[in-house]
Amino acid sequence: MPLPLPAAILLSPALGAFVLCAIREDRDALIRRLAVTSMGISLACALAAVMTYNPVAGGYQHEVVIPWIRSLGINVHLGVDGISAVLVLLHAICAFTGVLISYAIKERVKEYYIFYLLLITGVFGVFLSLDLFFFYFFYEMAVIPMYPLIGIWGSDVKEQGVVRFSKEYAAMKLTVYLTLGAVVALTGILWLYASSGAKSFDLVALQRHLASAPLAPSLQQWIFPLLAVGFGVIAPMWPLHSWSPIGHAAAPSAVSMLHAGVLMKLGSYAIIRLAVGLLPAGAQMWLPWIAAIAVMNILYGGFVAMAQKDLKLIIGYSSSSHMGYVLLGIACLSPLALDGAVLLMFAHGLMTALAFALVGHVYDETHTRYLPDLGGLARQAPFIAGCGVIAALASSGLPGFGNFVAELLVFLGGWDRYPVQVICGTFGVVITAVYMLRFVRGTFFGELKPAFAHVRDAATPFARLPYVALIAVLLLIGCWPKPMLRLIDASARPLIERIAPSPMQEKYADVDSLDLQPLAPRETP
Amino acid sequence: MVATLLAPRPLPLAPLVSWTILLAPLGAALLIQVVGIHRRRLSATLAIGALLTSFVCTGWVFLQALHNPAVLPFELSISWISLPGLTVPFGILMDRLSLLMTLVVTGVGSAIFIYSIGYMADDHAYSRFFGVLSLFAFSMLTIVLSNNWIELFIGWELVGCCSYLLIGHWYARPSAAEAGKKAFLVNRVADFGFFIGILALWAISSPLASERTFHFQALQERLPGLAHQGLIPLAMLPLIGLLLFCGPLGKSAQFPLHVWLPDAMEGPTPVSALIHAATMVAAGVYLLCRAFWLFEHLPSVMTTIMWVGASTAFLSACLAFVENDLKRILAYSTLSQLGYMVMALGLGGPVAGMYHLTTHAFFKALLFLAAGSVIHGTHEQDIWKLGGLLRPMPWTSGAFLIGGLALCGFPGLSGFFSKDEILVLAHERNLALYWLGTLTAGMTAFYIARAWFVAFTGKARGHPHESPPVMIGPLVLLAALSIVGGYLGIPRFLGEHGGAFHWAVAGMSLAVVAAGLVLAWLIYGKQAISAQQLVHALALPYSFLQRRYYIDEIYAWYVAVIQQKLIAGLCAWVERHVIIGLAVNGTARLTQDMGRLIRLCQTGRIQTYALAFLIGIVWLLSIPIRH
Repeated sequence: MPLPLPAAILLSPALGAFVLCAIREDRDALIRRLAVTSMGISLACALAAVMTYNPVAGGYQHEVVIPWIRSLGINVHLGVDGISAVLVLLHAICAFTGVLISYAIKERVKEYYIFYLLLITGVFGVFLSLDLFFFYFFYEMAVIPMYPLIGIWGSDVKEQGVVRFSKEYAAMKLTVYLTLGAVVALTGILWLYASSGAKSFDLVALQRHLASAPLAPSLQQWIFPLLAVGFGVIAPMWPLHSWSPIGHAAAPSAVSMLHAGVLMKLGSYAIIRLAVGLLPAGAQMWLPWIAAIAVMNILYGGFVAMAQKDLKLIIGYSSSSHMGYVLLGIACLSPLALDGAVLLMFAHGLMTALAFALVGHVYDETHTRYLPDLGGLARQAPFIAGCGVIAALASSGLPGFGNFVAELLVFLGGWDRYPVQVICGTFGVVITAVYMLRFVRGTFFGELKPAFAHVRDAATPFARLPYVALIAVLLLIGCWPKPMLRLIDASARPLIERIAPSPMQEKYADVDSLDLQPLAPRETP
Repeated sequence: MVATLLAPRPLPLAPLVSWTILLAPLGAALLIQVVGIHRRRLSATLAIGALLTSFVCTGWVFLQALHNPAVLPFELSISWISLPGLTVPFGILMDRLSLLMTLVVTGVGSAIFIYSIGYMADDHAYSRFFGVLSLFAFSMLTIVLSNNWIELFIGWELVGCCSYLLIGHWYARPSAAEAGKKAFLVNRVADFGFFIGILALWAISSPLASERTFHFQALQERLPGLAHQGLIPLAMLPLIGLLLFCGPLGKSAQFPLHVWLPDAMEGPTPVSALIHAATMVAAGVYLLCRAFWLFEHLPSVMTTIMWVGASTAFLSACLAFVENDLKRILAYSTLSQLGYMVMALGLGGPVAGMYHLTTHAFFKALLFLAAGSVIHGTHEQDIWKLGGLLRPMPWTSGAFLIGGLALCGFPGLSGFFSKDEILVLAHERNLALYWLGTLTAGMTAFYIARAWFVAFTGKARGHPHESPPVMIGPLVLLAALSIVGGYLGIPRFLGEHGGAFHWAVAGMSLAVVAAGLVLAWLIYGKQAISAQQLVHALALPYSFLQRRYYIDEIYAWYVAVIQQKLIAGLCAWVERHVIIGLAVNGTARLTQDMGRLIRLCQTGRIQTYALAFLIGIVWLLSIPIRH
């Protein structure tokens, strides 16, 4: 029997990390080639998994089940549905391009790649696990390597030459914050496990059990916020977001790419899969709050981004602002909005990876990320500048890029339930345009500062590959979103329909009766 | 999966031809990006070839439609997004309105593309320029040919993006970079309202969530019935109308969102001619025509539209009086003429609006290209530093003269007929607007004559040279169109047979125009009245106009103080000091301090521990005694 796809996706970077341990430190070229190969395999398998997923059949596919601890009901259970397939592909693309971008790392290459591959394995594990125990296990596995990655290979966040946040602070804060969130979520998971009566950590079994014997709403009301807030920390949900922009800013570019591109999506994915998926009554109770928080994310994050002067902090706060749309899409409890939220996770992941990659290039070349110090780089680095303009336009939701389709779906899906929040969200798009264009204007346009006369472009096809790949995928799903939407919708729609009938159907029932009923003679007072 | 909704049965080739019209420029844009970015000649050839192909195809459809009017309208559509509960088509709606606009875009566009070969000859980013121009042509055609609101919005945003890229073509100039950003952001603010209008329109399009639509024709058929049945909240439709009007407010640069257009003149002149005069800025007017079936039933919205248009026409004509930059004079003139068109729509005359849009595209593109030729020949665009161009640049001067005369409505030229239609309409429906429009016509004559006398006549400065034939050719073509544009039967093509010629209105506007011309001649031509003294005498209004009614200052103040310092600054302060400083770092510090506090107990001295032990024992023993 050939190796099932999810196992191959997961094992390739894990094995890569193990093999790297055995290689001599000074063999940089070999180390890099090995990392690229292992990620290439994962990417190919992820693509295959997405291509072969059958949206008509729906549900979990490519499943692998290996019983592990029977007495506790813990299995090694891997598999994908439409939502996780898309996110696995996102992660594979970001990780593959991240490995390529990591060629800029010159110190302690071996250790760097080991940690990086472990991080990648952890994230794949979360998306692929259909067992709560391993879900949590991989989640922690993804968080831990961030500490050395930021602490060793990161850079301080400076403001006019003065250190504002040291990389040690950023690393410590991120790790402690995310672990704290994870522990809160773990409490929720264990409570859920104990009270469900299914005696199983297996997500599929749990889901089946809860469908026939749902938890009491009084219980869901408590477990839901534990899961939503615990995983919301990484989403990042306002006001628990402050680890993220600083973490992004201090991390090396390839790590920021994964971090903002994929790691944040772990939170929203967990909320969709566990909190909303398993606790429908809790969801209905708490989602209006999440919608309100989402608006805070969008507007507050956007305005804070507007006030930043460090390029990575701008992109970092923009990420936390854009994740607000994802949260809003989840909170709307409508299939369209959830489709949009998942598609936005994908599109935003690529866009933000692109932005961090090019900011990393700018930083490597100029040794500064402070906006007022930069200027006119387009003359020296037209390719990178072009990518910068594209990232800015994609980020501000220009049609043609995936972000537009995704945001459109969130707004359309959310209009009935939360019109005010949707209008605020639309305004967020204006804010995005303000700070993204300022970023482009300040970095690439204007007169070239003499200090940057020797800045180099990404000139070789190999150096350009990650940028071109990210842009190509963004354009592809922006121009022809149908196949991917079909995939997402196959899993998002059943999930929502289990929970909530659409409010418009109720409204229409009214209208029908209005038409059919004979007009009662009106009494005049 | 190509579904043909309204089958063009008499025209079997129509689908192929129509998709070619739309997609040829997109293909050129992609090819230029992929293979042509370092090949100048190839990229220009691709861009011009593609647009000419579109033009020829449009011409073919036009001839077929003339031959057999039953050919139009037809519609082609594919589904772009289809989910349960949401269908967004991407299609082509070809009717007389879109056909006329497509002819203008591809025709005038082709002339300007060809002109660009000469104008941009020395530019280092020649291929990029043609690539973005092609993308613009595609985006503009998407707006024009779209059959639903989302597709229109897609084109709407894309033209904005191309405008941003082209204004900032010379990105190294800080003013150009700023102008591009400003144009994009002002349009974004307007599109915020526009987009919400589209959402709301979609939401009311059917009481059944799964049957909502963005489709123009479906909406047009459904909404009256729904409104009649009372299934739409009463205040909703006027609100939607106003929100939708936000789109034209930004794109067609109406007051008070006009501020981006004069700054947009930082872009290369062909861009100003194509995007910021002939086509993109007219998209707002086109949109009003496209959705006229909706607006015409909303009297309050119509009143707003007509007053916004009229005040734009008048206020920007005033600004053109004191402007010294040749291109910016033309920009204010564009604003003013767009105001006329919007006013025509508000008065309930889509045909008059489209008529003026078409002739304006001819003569304003001509004026801009002539101005570009002047800039090419003299490297100067301040009218006071120009002069005496008649002899060294005869073709250019002739072109500018024809364009200028058409603009101020000289009898027999195209602008005369189209402006007259609008004034007749205003005369019928709203006398206040009629007088305002007539006054503006006189002011138009004055400012364009001022530009002509100062920049083209008088003493020669420097050594201007005439532009190459590749630039003169398009000038001649557009000049011819500006002359004959009034005789092409455009209103008839759009289905209006037109009333009798209104002698009183025509006579009045002629008198006002003549007065404007003569006054300009006296001041700037013959110099019988000193311009200097005039400025002295009118110092207060002059400086008020020079500062552009302080509108730019107000916006700059809003952006710098309210938006950046107050709102963003406050959020950043909260982030830094409350969330990070107090909440997060505070928690960390609290934990740390607790640790320190507890550490105090861990002294390592046996005496302390013995003391604590003793106290504990005493306390334990005391419990039974106390009870």
